[in-house]
Amino acid sequence: MLKIKTPKTLKAKRALDKRAPKLVENAKKTLILHGTKTSCVLNAVLAQIFHLKKGLAVKFSRKNENIRPFESSGETSLEFFSLKTDCSFFVFGSHSKKRPNNLILGRMYDHHIYDLVEVGVENFTPIESFKYDKKIAPRQGSKPFFAFIGENFESVDELKHLKEVLLDHFRGEIVENLNLTGVDRVFVCTAISSTTVSFKHCAIRLKKSGTSIPRIELIEVGPSMDLVVRRHRLPNEAVKKQAMKAAPMQPRKIKNVSRDEVKGKIGKIYMPDQQVGGLALSNNIKGLKRERREGKMKDKRDDHDLSKKMRTEESL
Amino acid sequence: MEAEKYQIDLGNLMAYDPSHHFQPLPSSREELSRQCLEKGTELVQGVVNALFSLPSTEDLDGPIVRLPEPSTRLPREKHLPRPKPPTKWELFAKMKGIKNRKKDKRVFDERTGTWKRRYGYDRVNDDRDVPIIEAKMTDEPGEDPFSKRMDEKKKRVDKQEKNRLQNLKQAFKAGDLPSHIQLAATALPITGTQKVIPKKASKEELEGVAGMAATATASGGKFDKKLPGEKPAKHTGKHRKFLPVVEGKGMGAQEKEQTEKILNKLMARSSHDILDVDRAVTMFNVKTEKQRKREKEVSLPSTSNKLKSKKKTFKSSSKKKQ
Repeated sequence: MLKIKTPKTLKAKRALDKRAPKLVENAKKTLILHGTKTSCVLNAVLAQIFHLKKGLAVKFSRKNENIRPFESSGETSLEFFSLKTDCSFFVFGSHSKKRPNNLILGRMYDHHIYDLVEVGVENFTPIESFKYDKKIAPRQGSKPFFAFIGENFESVDELKHLKEVLLDHFRGEIVENLNLTGVDRVFVCTAISSTTVSFKHCAIRLKKSGTSIPRIELIEVGPSMDLVVRRHRLPNEAVKKQAMKAAPMQPRKIKNVSRDEVKGKIGKIYMPDQQVGGLALSNNIKGLKRERREGKMKDKRDDHDLSKKMRTEESL
Repeated sequence: MEAEKYQIDLGNLMAYDPSHHFQPLPSSREELSRQCLEKGTELVQGVVNALFSLPSTEDLDGPIVRLPEPSTRLPREKHLPRPKPPTKWELFAKMKGIKNRKKDKRVFDERTGTWKRRYGYDRVNDDRDVPIIEAKMTDEPGEDPFSKRMDEKKKRVDKQEKNRLQNLKQAFKAGDLPSHIQLAATALPITGTQKVIPKKASKEELEGVAGMAATATASGGKFDKKLPGEKPAKHTGKHRKFLPVVEGKGMGAQEKEQTEKILNKLMARSSHDILDVDRAVTMFNVKTEKQRKREKEVSLPSTSNKLKSKKKTFKSSSKKKQ
């Protein structure tokens, strides 16, 4: 006999709906975990990757013996964790004599493994070893820039795959509107050789230039490491085709516009309640922008008090 | 530095320089990282140039630009939502051309003369509000019409639930169950492509299967390495009993008995198992003999009554008159 189970509370229903497949998807979360043995370096790497992705990552602290992503039976545990935590990316760290400081970056489609890239971490420098002014430190959750340098990213298959995986992993949320003052960080990836990529995380400082476009200065901030590609597994062709299917584009709904046979196109405008009696009258508004403040000071200095005041009141 | 053509993906804020080679690989790490940063600065400057040239709107926090769609296509996280298969009613309505009419939440109640809800608390045609039900010619005497109404309602509700379950099963088969509903014999994954509902195996079943698997080796599972804490497998099958090679004094013709038993079972299709003919005949013979003996005793009064101990017969059959 089958029973229909529905959530008893609205909160539970909302949580389930959040995890459901949608046309426009949520930001993908990352699962960070490690296998039976990890090295000191690898622990630091995993911790700092978790720090980079703070809002959208889950870090497991126990060791997992039966996870071997490249073997056919070693991925069931990973898929189960991915299902329970709703994570589509995973970073699996392990250390062995054959593969020291091993990091497996993987992606999931429908909570089954889509593709994997195995890299070795070399020359790791943690965040603590960089000295910089704390004011320019990138804020948590800001959208990063990406700079990929090197012809090898196009010519070598593995590096091409790694480029896609790195872009996907560190992209963060997909936003439509970006605040230009909030550009904070950049990930610089250089293909040093046909197997190694140097990965750096820098903060962006915008400097005044003559034009409206500011000049960029990069200051190295975060962890920097060299990633040596060891193995990789490309996605299955059929699954890839399904995963790359774009959602059908829905035309934007135009609100408050309608057509009438006689009058033609009609629009509706909603006016807010206008309270004429309660307008602000004072000129000493705290926190005016610097230019306006300076302009006001200059006006006060020139002795056109009354006429200037009348003009500024009208402009308000 | 000449402005080289970088591949810029504004939606992802990415810039890629495909034409850079590290011809002479820099000797030291500092030199390498300095060059990386230099190149990176150029690329980011390129992106920022493109970004600041987009039309921006002024906001409280600063200028806000509307980013274009990312040009690098990246795979989705979950599958696209599949269209729900139409329910039985939807198919029927489509066939008949029945359109859904929007109903009002408030309906005017004739009986009380007020506006009431169409459903829910204090609704229009509530079964409990009816005080008198007039008897019809077709009604049987002795039948409670109020309970009959309640039964009918219960039946309607059950039928609706059954139909709903059927519709959900159809949706599950098509792979598109609504995200907040789970069909459970056991808990199912909400997403994922599992098509079969796994039946919950009981503890006894699992133990039985595990026992069978454990003893399915050439040596009956005796020399297999056991995991820490594993209990020995249970043998719930029949143990074979072998007859002794040489028969002792007390046992007689056991092999004959065994084969006879088997033969009887094989040949006993038509015979009645309830009655064992030989035994019945023996019992009858014994009874008749005893009866004759008693009759003889009664007819010839025994001289030595005292010597003979009167045996009480506990058998109820001796009391029966034949």
